[in-house]
This record gives sequence, structure tokens and C-alpha cells, in this order.
Amino acid sequence: MPRFFPAKTRRSPFRPLATLIAIGAAIALNACASSPVALRGTADLATVIARASGEVAVLDTSNKQFTGIIGGLGDLSHASIVYARDGRFAFVFGRDGGLTKIDILSHKIVVRTLQAGNSIGGAISQDGKLVAVANYEPGGVRVFDAETLELVADIPTTIDGGPDRSKVIGLVDAPGNRFVFSLWDTGEIWIADFSAGNTPSVTRYQNIGIQPYDALITPDGRYYIAGLFGEDGMALLDLWHPQSGPQRILDHYGKGEERLPVYKMPHLEGWAIAGKRAFVPAVGRHEVLVIDTETWQEVGRIPVHGQPVFVMAHPDGRHVWVNFSVPDYDTVQIIDTQTLAIDGELKPGTGVLHMEFSPRGDQVWLSVRDDNKVVGYDPYTLKPIAELPLPSPSGIFMSDRAGRIGL
Amino acid sequence: MAGWTFLVAGPAVASELQEHARTPSALEQMVRQDCGSCHGLTFKGGLGSPLLPENLENYSVEDLSSIILDGLPGTAMPPWRAIISESEAAWMARYLKTGGSK
Repeated sequence: MPRFFPAKTRRSPFRPLATLIAIGAAIALNACASSPVALRGTADLATVIARASGEVAVLDTSNKQFTGIIGGLGDLSHASIVYARDGRFAFVFGRDGGLTKIDILSHKIVVRTLQAGNSIGGAISQDGKLVAVANYEPGGVRVFDAETLELVADIPTTIDGGPDRSKVIGLVDAPGNRFVFSLWDTGEIWIADFSAGNTPSVTRYQNIGIQPYDALITPDGRYYIAGLFGEDGMALLDLWHPQSGPQRILDHYGKGEERLPVYKMPHLEGWAIAGKRAFVPAVGRHEVLVIDTETWQEVGRIPVHGQPVFVMAHPDGRHVWVNFSVPDYDTVQIIDTQTLAIDGELKPGTGVLHMEFSPRGDQVWLSVRDDNKVVGYDPYTLKPIAELPLPSPSGIFMSDRAGRIGL
Repeated sequence: MAGWTFLVAGPAVASELQEHARTPSALEQMVRQDCGSCHGLTFKGGLGSPLLPENLENYSVEDLSSIILDGLPGTAMPPWRAIISESEAAWMARYLKTGGSK
């Protein structure tokens, strides 16, 4: 393979598709004619959303270059991606309700559907057979067959049985073929249990707090935590004991303090857990909150450069990386998880929207929206390892998410 | 550019503008990308309301400017006054009401 792809001589960020197909066809002699691709694994590949052009680029983190780009994906403002369990196929959730299954090896759309008018993200079930999408319009969750994208179940989030529906946020997969999500307008958490088949059993928890804005699930799939926008605090649901209902944690952590205008909603997916400490963005404050994951009590607050958006743990747990909302989104800060001190800072460019570590943590990749580039760093030396042009990049998703709960 | 100059409403605003005036292309980038985070890159809405011209018919440029600058309490719309000037807000309001024709 290396002799076919002399990476150093390539200037284009993308391998010419024709070359790739020709070589793929030549190598994979008995490959099916419809999708000739070069034989390779996907564990070092990531997908990167180009939000303004409706494209997804495939990043080869070993050769530090894009292998191809997939277009025609619609409005990708606030788009996200989950992977099929084989790590080859991925599902792209667009803002415009588009749900697209792509093949990251052949760089092709496998199947695409416009399933709603306005969406915010999705999840894939534990068994890999169902893909769920969180919708704003019409409010609810729709669940699709992961092979065909045919509708399997429709879960409207109706309000008091009337025609109005709540927007859905914080949709994640949970063990036992469940999906868990929160309702922005009505302050609820719902569990849709698909363990008995394609007709879900739905459990509702009301009065969890005002305006849940995003949620996370712990890496073991036990705890679902929704962050609240309309008040301080978070709602915690123990999925080992769902009958106990959600409990409030970090209650009124900012009580008596003036909150800053929140220019961008923080994200909780991809939150940071390092050792027994969890690190989450404070809403409307230039702080990262530190929580003890055994007691769920706040154990510290770290003053940071701006309002945090993503707080991501390095895979080795020693550091967490934080990016910020406009107007402070030219900066990334690195926090030492033992001392809780700021241990490093990067200024990669304007509009740092997302960060993603390679599975073992030897690399970190950042999307820099306004500079139209994706940059890679060695997270230990903070030296750049690659800079690749891509228009308005946003989310970066390593394929190892295929094997992880809640991602 | 002519439209931009025209929108500078008064001396007080103009002096503020000169300090941190954004170019029209920077303003367009900000409306599309930063406002677009909640309202959608195509302004069809998201957590925030849709901002297409037909959605804004009943709002004047002044109404929209004041929402941009002072936010909407009880919703996720923040006051942007700390980082957007009055004339920049008016530019954005006009941009949205005319569907991006500036």
C-alpha cells in the first residue's frame, strides 16, 4: 500500500477518487463491482464535518491526510456522526432532518432519508440494528432500521396530549437496547426500551429541571446526566435503578452569582471523566466544574479562559482539554486532572469548534472553522503534526466510537 | 459597502463602531455561523426560532436589533450587546429580513 500512496508527495488533501477506485479495483480482485475499495482497516480513520458545504471528509490519522470527501449531505450546521458496529459505515445527522448512511472506505452515500424538518443528533442502539434521531421539528424521536433507514418507530414528544411537541435533546444509546433523551420544553427525561422488539416501552420522568440543553451517559452506560440551561444544576438518572427516578446534582452551583450571556450552548457529549472525577462545562461561567463520580458532589471549579463548550478527557486521563464559545474560540486550554491547574494553552486559529483524540491518545485533532482547517497536534509536546484545509470544519469523530457506549 | 455606511445611525454609534467594526463579510460569517449554531446555517431554525424573511415579517429592523442586543429572557437567546455594536445588530437584522441580500 505505501508504494501506491506516497504521502509526502501528495499536495492535495484528498486522494484523487479515480486513482483510489482504480487501485481499489486492481487490488480487490473479487470485490463486488458496486463498491470497489482498497483493502484496509478503519480503526485509524475519523470523519470530519464540513458544516457549510454539507460534506464529510474522511481523515486518515496514520498518514495524516484526508482519504476522500462525501458531499450531498444537506445542512450540516450542528451535525453529528455515529458509527455502525463494524466501524466502516457511519450515520450522519444533519440539521435539516437528513439522515445519511455513508461508507467511509468507498466515500459513498449508501442510503439517505430526509426524516424530519429539523434535527439535533442521534444514536445507534447497542445491537447496532437501530438508529435513533432527536428531532426539533416535529418534536420527538424517530427510530430507523440501520440497514435500510426504513422507519421502525416514531416517538412524538407531545405536550399534555395536545398538538404541541417538545424539542428533543441529549439522545444517547444505553445498554439493554435503550435510548435515553431529554425534552427541552417540558423538562423531562424519557427512556425508550427496544429490548423486546421494535415497539418500544417508553418511561417518562417529569419535572427534572428547567430546559435541559444536552446530556451525557457515563462510559459504562450506567448514569445519564442532563445539564440544565434554565436553572443551575444537572439531573442524574441511574440506569441500573431507573425506578428510583432522576436526582438533582450540582444543585444551584451558581446561586447568587450573575450568569454571563450564553453565546453557545455547552456540549456534554464527549464529556470528560478522568479517574473518579468528571469535568463538565459550567453554563454562563468561565469555569469547568469538577464532580466526584462516587458522590456526585462538586469538588472543585477551575477558572478558564472563556465559556467552555467541549470538555474532553485525553484517553490517558491525565489532562482534559477545553474549548470555548464565541468570542473566545481561538483558544484551547489544557487542565491537569491531578492539580486542577491550567497546564497548557493553544491558539490554533479562530473558531475552534471541536477536538477529538486518537483512540490511544497519541494525537489530537482540532477543527478551526474560520480558518478553514483541521489541525493535528501531539498532545504531549503540543507541537503541530498536520494542518489540512477543509471548509468550515466542525465535529470530528474517530471510528473507535463504533465500539463505545453512548457515542 | 454603501449599505453598510448608510446603516451607521448616529455619531455615538459611529464612534463605537470605529473601535470594533466588523467588515460585512465578517458580519455575514458571524450571522451564518454563530447565530446559525442555534438558528441553523440556512436560518430554518434549531433550538432558536427560524429566521427566514417570512418568519420576520412582523418585526422591524429595530425590533430585531433590540432582540439581538438584549436577548429574550426565559429563552436561550442571549444579549449580544457585549460583543456586537448597535449598528452591527442593525446590519444583521437587515441581512436577515432581506434573506441575505445585505
